[in-house]
Amino acid sequence: MTRPVDMMRQLAPQVLLASPHAAAIGMEVVSIDPAEAVLKVRFRPDLVGDPDTGVIAGGVVTALLDHTCGQSVMAALERYQAIATLDLRIDYMRPAGPGLDILCRAHCYKLTRSVAFVRAQAYDLDPADPVATAQAAFMLDANSGMNTAQSAMQAQGLGPAVTP
Amino acid sequence: MTAAVDLNARLAEILERIPYARYLGVRAELAGDEMTAILPFSQHLIGNPTLPAIHGGVIGAFMEMTAVAQLSVSQVSASTGLVRQPRTIDVTIEYLRSGRPQATFARATIKRAGRRIANVQVEAWQDTRSAPIAALHGHFLIAPRDEA
Repeated sequence: MTRPVDMMRQLAPQVLLASPHAAAIGMEVVSIDPAEAVLKVRFRPDLVGDPDTGVIAGGVVTALLDHTCGQSVMAALERYQAIATLDLRIDYMRPAGPGLDILCRAHCYKLTRSVAFVRAQAYDLDPADPVATAQAAFMLDANSGMNTAQSAMQAQGLGPAVTP
Repeated sequence: MTAAVDLNARLAEILERIPYARYLGVRAELAGDEMTAILPFSQHLIGNPTLPAIHGGVIGAFMEMTAVAQLSVSQVSASTGLVRQPRTIDVTIEYLRSGRPQATFARATIKRAGRRIANVQVEAWQDTRSAPIAALHGHFLIAPRDEA
């Protein structure tokens, strides 16, 4: 059986185009490895957050971190499953350099039957000097349908956590 | 009276000045000192076309922008003379429900605003405010005029 990571490597450009927002902000795949993904957003004037500094918006970094984390989870799975972000914690270390592309490396370091745990770093030039770092948790086998995360959490007996 | 007019104009100006806010299509409305941010649905916000659902990153970015806009129009910034955009230090985003392809709203509550750091909570919802689709809790650096 083809693992998601092999499929993702073959279909890298299409995988991103399948997500309209990822395609809209121009996300690109740099590399996909088992449980690891590196994605990039090229600098564009309409993605700037603070016109005084000319730096890409924090929100773009948020979207890139979220997406790259999700891709690393996919690359860690043995079979395709729908996933949903449960939470995402982002620390902003420093502003990105003006006019620079942003890259993001995410590593899915733990998979349980229901949850995937991910760490990620976003950087402009040097991975050792990150712009932002993130820690995320994803629900696995999230049911398709309207309240994805909710129904998945209810299936885990965690219903009250989302409907207090 | 004039203060309210000024705040509305200031809010529009703040959002208009952020290219990424224009790109997402974020608007905001003020009722007194209470601000509601609005993210009208648009196809380019979709993350998962099979559900379909709005991209989680977009919802996170929208809530972060709501916090920044609320800080910018609040009395806090008026008294400290905020001249620079608040900078995000950290955010924790909880995803509660998938964002359906329709308008999303958000409101921010400034839990505490100190001299340099503000602690802000944001909730985003679609049909029902009591059934939020996501929440954000973050810290922001608000630099007073003399440090800007």
